[in-house]
This record gives sequence, structure tokens and C-alpha cells, in this order.
Amino acid sequence: MGGLDSSSMETDLDRPNIEEYLTTETIREVPKKLHLSDLLDISPTLTEAAGAIVDDSFTRCFKSNSPEPWNWNIYLFPLWCLGVVVRYGILFPARVGVLALGWIVFFAAFLPVHFLIRGHDKWRRKIERKLVEMMCSVFVASWTGVIKYHGPRPSRRPQQVFVANHTSMIDFIILEQMTAFAVIMQKHPGWVGFIQKTILESVGCIWFNRTESKDREVVATKIREHTQGVDNNPLLIFPEGTCVNNHYTVMFKKGAFELGCAVCPVAIKYNKIFVDAFWNSKKQSFTTHLAQLMTSWAVVCDVWYLEPQYIRPGEIPIEFAERVRDMISVRAGLKKVPWDGYLKYFRPSPKLTERKQQIFAESVLKRLEEK
Amino acid sequence: MGNASSMLTQYDIEEVQEHCNYLFSQQEIVALYNRFCQLDRTAKGFISSDEFLSIPEFSLNPLSQRLLKMVDGLNFKDFVAFLSAFSPQATPQQKVELIFKVYDVDGKGRVTFKDLLEVLRDLTGSFMSEEQREKVLGQVLEEAGYSRESSLYVEDFMKVLSKAGLKMEVEVPVD
Repeated sequence: MGGLDSSSMETDLDRPNIEEYLTTETIREVPKKLHLSDLLDISPTLTEAAGAIVDDSFTRCFKSNSPEPWNWNIYLFPLWCLGVVVRYGILFPARVGVLALGWIVFFAAFLPVHFLIRGHDKWRRKIERKLVEMMCSVFVASWTGVIKYHGPRPSRRPQQVFVANHTSMIDFIILEQMTAFAVIMQKHPGWVGFIQKTILESVGCIWFNRTESKDREVVATKIREHTQGVDNNPLLIFPEGTCVNNHYTVMFKKGAFELGCAVCPVAIKYNKIFVDAFWNSKKQSFTTHLAQLMTSWAVVCDVWYLEPQYIRPGEIPIEFAERVRDMISVRAGLKKVPWDGYLKYFRPSPKLTERKQQIFAESVLKRLEEK
Repeated sequence: MGNASSMLTQYDIEEVQEHCNYLFSQQEIVALYNRFCQLDRTAKGFISSDEFLSIPEFSLNPLSQRLLKMVDGLNFKDFVAFLSAFSPQATPQQKVELIFKVYDVDGKGRVTFKDLLEVLRDLTGSFMSEEQREKVLGQVLEEAGYSRESSLYVEDFMKVLSKAGLKMEVEVPVD
């Protein structure tokens, strides 16, 4: 693949042959001569547009579960009311209490360790790591998280990265509970940003900013450095680049797959019966999302640590990314969709439209010659 | 109809159904309403151009700008009426009328050589020169018995397109 593009708007390099997925219905089956009807008949193009308006595979990836209404009858309604009372009146305050206590203990231990133990860096980092893991366990407890981990636990070795499908920022907390990962995250504002700056810095996180165009190169360099360091925490990357609703996977960015090291896939699947863990960042802030989790009964999910993969001879990074995405999608029961997650924030490249125009123009010109 | 975020009543569904000439079933109208609310993210009661363009498949369609002029700011009733031409129950006449409206986007009631040229430009982009487009259009118009100066009306479109056997159907996914 050529060098990294300077514009992050140019998502071409991240997409393998997306033209293959686009329909070519705009080409008609060719009788030879060109007639007025062929040019007036724009029905295939219109049908594609109307089809996209009615339903499209990209928006489907970000659809939240709408809360299902119960049958309001004489005994279910009071039961539901009782459930609400228990969830909001008993569970929620208890959970907030647990969380607050957890934070207090964490800071009481973390701050002294971070600022006072200088010189014994190895020890300091070990303690900080354990503290972060503990804090994440407190978080998980605050939503009554029931998490089943399958597969061998991640080990601390150099030359490896972990990749996982992304549903919400809680993915990070769930995985971090088991192993202190260093993660690549989008810079957030507010209290989340504050935590990012102070605590997560200690586990070795890398920040990126979607809206900065030179960002990709800078981040790619940082990733490479990190994987080569022996004492660094294992690096966790969410190659989709955005939160998806845990029914689909969007295309993986190739950054994690061209490092020349092992890629360990992790598949995460949430059980929707208990709560919809999808964080629809356009609809709710992270605080609201957390509050929603804390007033639900439980967060139940499965985490599978899959076999580390290496790039095969003759395989390009994008193919490698697709292969790993396939593994994760199959394991977690997700459907694959050929879209780039960044289309949530940016418009598709005009090259895609140009390709359609080119196909049509060439067919017209060709038939013009048939006389 | 009121605010898009309110629930659809049976009356609303019947009103919309009547407005679209009964080309969609009630279930399809409910499904379209859910879709409408999903696209209208800020619950304004209509879908803005920006929200249409956030559908990647729509955004990369060559005729998206032309279609936007027709669908931008439509309320739910008119949204369904617009899509009704794509119902399997729609007659060829209704389909042709929609195609005509796409060409005659400024609503003057007739389609000129300039309109034909504009649509062809949208469909071919930079892969055909303006001369090539004019030449092609001129040729096929002549062959069909028109000239560059002719204005085409709906009847002309019907005549030309009825032989083509229009396939213009979209399926509304009903849960």
C-alpha cells in the first residue's frame, strides 16, 4: 500500500475494494443501439436512492434497541413498577455508593503512589496497574456486570496488539478489569477527559483526534513505539474507530494490522435482554449512558480471547484486517457491513460517485459507437 | 400530523395512506414512520438535507443533489407520497411522473434540452465532455422524432418509457 495519506478525509486506503460491494445496476444489459429511452430512463439510479432512503446498511449499525413496552395488564404493570422502584430506589443508590467508595479508595492509594514513589518506577507502575484494574472491577460491580471470559488471558509480551469490536467505552473497562491494557482513545471533553489525562496516562494510553488530518501518522508512530517497548502494557485497539450497536461490525482500519506483530482478536458480545450496552454517542452523553447502565438490572456479556494471528505471506494489511474482522464477527455473532465507521462523521469520498458516473458514461459512449 | 416524535394513531395512518393513494399498506407506513423518525434526528418533523446526506448510499448517488431538492423538508405525509412511486403497486404512469419531476426539478411542466443535459451531466460527471453529451442527446432525440428545441411533456415521457418496462421498486422492510 502507498504511504499514509495526509488527509484523514481520504478514507480510501482503509477500504478494501468497496466498489465490489456497490451494485452496478446502473449499467443496463446492453442491446446495441442507444435510444432516447435509455437516457431518459433513470429508474435504476432512482431506485438505488429510494432504497437507501428507506433502509440502508450503514444506519442500521447505529440503531439503538428501542425499549420494548411491556404488556400493560393487571399483574405485569405492578410488577414492572416494583422493578422500577427496586432499580432506581435500591440498586442505583447502592451502586452509586459502591462507585463513590471505590473512587475514594482508588485516589487515596493512587495519588500518593503516583507522586511520592519516585525512583522505584517498576514498582510504581505495577501498583498503578493493579489499582486501575481494581477501579475497573468497581465499575463493573456498579452495573452488576456478569462477564464471562473465554480463552487464555492476555499475557504481557512485546510485539503484540489486541483488537476488539467496539460497542461502548465500557468495552475498555470490561477488558481492563482482567488485564491492564494501554488503549488508543479519542480525546473526550469533560470528566472523562480528565480521567484520560490523569489516570489512563499511567497505563500508557495513546490519544488520537479524529478531526486532525495529520493525526494518523503521529498515532501510527506512537503505536509502533509502544509495541516495541518491553515493559509496556499490552496495547488494545478498537479498529472500527467508532461505537457500533453490537449487531454489526463496520470495517476495520488497517493501522493495527500493518505493525508486523501478532494481532490477538478479542470478541465482545453483550446480552441485550438485560440492557442495551450500545453507546449511541449522538444521542446520549457518556454520563447518561452510565446512569442508564446503573439503573438496569445487570450488564451481561461474553468476552472471547481468540488465537493470535499473524499476517500471511502475500496478504496485504487490509486483507489481514478483514480476516480478523471475520473471526471476531463469527465468534460474537455479528453481521459484517462494508462501510467505514468514520462515515458517521464524514461524507463518503466523491470517488465512489465518480466510479458510478464512469461506468455509466463508458457504457453510453460504447453504445454510441455501435451504429 | 404534528411533531414527528409523537406516536402514530390509526387516524394518522389512514390519512397518510389516503394521501399516497393506498400504495403502501398500513404496516409499511408504520415501518416508514420509524425510519423517518430515525433519520429526523432532532425530531423537527422533517428530514433536512444534511440528514439525508448522512446516509452514505444516498450521498454517493449521482442524482442525490437533484433528489434533495425534491425531498428536503418534506413532512412525513409527503415523504410517503414521494416514496409511493416506488411501491410495487404503483402504476407505470405514476413512476413516469416521478421521473418527469426529477428532470423538471423547477416545476415548469416541461422538460427542455437543458434539463436533459443537466441530468446526463449528473450521471456521467467528468467522464464525458459537454460536447459528447450534447451530441448524444441530439442524436437520440432526433431518432425519436424530437429536436433540441422541443420541450418534452409527461405524455412524451410516457410514450418513450412505456416500452422500456420500468423497474422501479423498493421494498419497505416490515419488522
